[in-house]
Amino acid sequence: MRCKMGTGRNRITRRTVAAGLGASALSGLAPFNIVRAQGAPLKVGVLLPRSGLQASIGQDCQRGVDISPGILKDLGLPSLQIINADTETNVDVARSRAEKLIGDGAQLLVGAFDSGQSSAIAQVAEQKGIPFVINIAAAPPITEQGYKFVFRNFPTGPMILRDAFLNQKEVFQITGSAPKTAVMLHVNDTYGTSIQKGMAAMFPKFDLPYKILEEIAYDPGARDLSVEVAKAKATGAEAVIAVSRLNDAILLTRELVKQRWNPMAVLSIGPGWYEDQYLKTLGKLSDGPISLVPWYDPNKKASNILEAALAKSYPGVNMSTNHVYTFEALLIAADAYKRAGSADPKALADAIRATNITDNVSPGPGIQFDAKGQNDKLKGSAIQNRAGKLVTLAPKEAANAKPEWPLTPYDKRG
Amino acid sequence: MPADIYFNVAVGGILTGLVFGLMALGLSVIFGVVRVVNFAHGEMMTIAMYIAVTLFSAFHLDPLVMLVPIAAALFVFGYALQAGLINRFVVRPEHSQFLLLVAIAIIITNALLILFGPDSQNVQASYAYDSFQLGPLIVDATKLYAGVTAVAATTGLFAFFRYTSLGTAIRACADNYTGAMVVGLDVKRLYSLTFAIGAGCVGAAGCMLLLIFDVTPAVGPAYTLLAFVIVITGGLGSMPGALVGGVLIGLTEALAGLLFTPSAKSMFVFAILVLVLLFRPQGIMGKRTA
Repeated sequence: MRCKMGTGRNRITRRTVAAGLGASALSGLAPFNIVRAQGAPLKVGVLLPRSGLQASIGQDCQRGVDISPGILKDLGLPSLQIINADTETNVDVARSRAEKLIGDGAQLLVGAFDSGQSSAIAQVAEQKGIPFVINIAAAPPITEQGYKFVFRNFPTGPMILRDAFLNQKEVFQITGSAPKTAVMLHVNDTYGTSIQKGMAAMFPKFDLPYKILEEIAYDPGARDLSVEVAKAKATGAEAVIAVSRLNDAILLTRELVKQRWNPMAVLSIGPGWYEDQYLKTLGKLSDGPISLVPWYDPNKKASNILEAALAKSYPGVNMSTNHVYTFEALLIAADAYKRAGSADPKALADAIRATNITDNVSPGPGIQFDAKGQNDKLKGSAIQNRAGKLVTLAPKEAANAKPEWPLTPYDKRG
Repeated sequence: MPADIYFNVAVGGILTGLVFGLMALGLSVIFGVVRVVNFAHGEMMTIAMYIAVTLFSAFHLDPLVMLVPIAAALFVFGYALQAGLINRFVVRPEHSQFLLLVAIAIIITNALLILFGPDSQNVQASYAYDSFQLGPLIVDATKLYAGVTAVAATTGLFAFFRYTSLGTAIRACADNYTGAMVVGLDVKRLYSLTFAIGAGCVGAAGCMLLLIFDVTPAVGPAYTLLAFVIVITGGLGSMPGALVGGVLIGLTEALAGLLFTPSAKSMFVFAILVLVLLFRPQGIMGKRTA
């Protein structure tokens, strides 16, 4: 018996075959239409500066990515398929890599340590309708654009400054001593400039015991900071307020030693001074600076779990902001995927918006987002370098040590 | 601001400028004789810096101790490069020479990236944090050692060109290519020797700069540009000009950072270059050509 392909309304013609092929090709090409069943892992594109000026920090963030799968599994969360991308510490590269990741099927983006690069990725994510969870980036405008797909579990510049001021005051109160003058040395990239502007705006409101004698900006790619330190030393300030990255934090410390300047305190608002490479490169000279930064609460249970996982995979590496907030970005992604029940971008975004994780690592009540996609409940910490380790001085609910004050002179460290 | 701060910063700038001068001297020597502009100059210096980093991390050999062997290694590399490759381009159009040397620069950068990765590297010499105090003046020990070594190397080079027959022969090639051939000089070999001497200079400068700055594979183009600025300011082809240009640029960077803002250091350096090009196009110590 001969079988016809179809008759009347059901008849298959060359035209319908062509239309069908076209439709299936289109659906295959449209990455944001891929909706997979819950059993499949969520494809997460992780954008980090793995090379270039911020390579060390990007690779440190990667450790947070590497230790996440086991912890997420233990928490009963769905697995994530990580697709790594290198932003090369370049805003334009970050933008193009984000586009490529989405083209390659990423259903959610995480990254990118730096405000400039994260801003570029946020634009792409919003345009393509793919959720983007920022691990580390502090420039306020990122969550002030009315984006629907961009979420940040990291304090903004003003939040960091607010907590930096409050935690400093707490440290001064504990030690019963405070500097009367300070000089600010800051890198003039997106982060450094936003903190500098925030300082100028917020400083008068916090009634701090010192006045800032001078603000000295320098280039993030500076090879030599001897002039900057000489200029800062010449102000006669008792304390240094630093807003830096890793390489410049090392250069600044070397110059403090060489120029025989022993300020009462180095108060850092930002990365660099607590990084492992800083501690390893400078040895005893790395002790003492106080970093006023987003950190973790060493007294929380989840912090101990993350710390143990890091110690197992990377012995000798201190847990830091880079690991904590990169891990939490992936935690948010897995938690939202579980609750959304699908990888549909809108469902994922809605689930992220409704996040309420209280058993987390960062200080504060937990991870929740406001209408702008910002976790506005995060708290900053004051931490201090001690013999290659890091201790938390403030806030008191997250503290595990008393401050060593003032800074031990560099020429008296043996 | 106390007066001693100006002296401290100026001395630091001059010492760094002396090392910059030695680096640029290599470029000036090569151009002055071979008439080829070495666009891979900074990249060749990064090779020397990485050799020094490797020797230090593997055997704890101080970059200043290894200065002569590393300069010799770069000398051999430079000789081979000129004899094997660049000599064939000497009579070709300038754009061919330009493309050849840019290609060499890109190959060097990427080879270093593959071998050493993107992270910045440095050496922690025993005197890395030392400084000398003379009254109110504090001098960075590494900069002082590097600056003094740069002056010694430059003096040696001047003496070589001035008082040796080989140096005189090389100067003859620079002054009159045809005349040098007529009197029977092996110009191609002398060109190779000159390029090798230039490469040796950057090798020595790389060892010294490593004491002051970190190295990454991508840092080469910045040093090439800096060398150009110095030799154009001092006078392209002039050996004393390279040293004077280096000191001027080092001092300008340091004082501009102190008197204005550190972010604007490069702006002042390029402003000097523009002024020189406007009012003395042949450079401070260059000869005006007809």
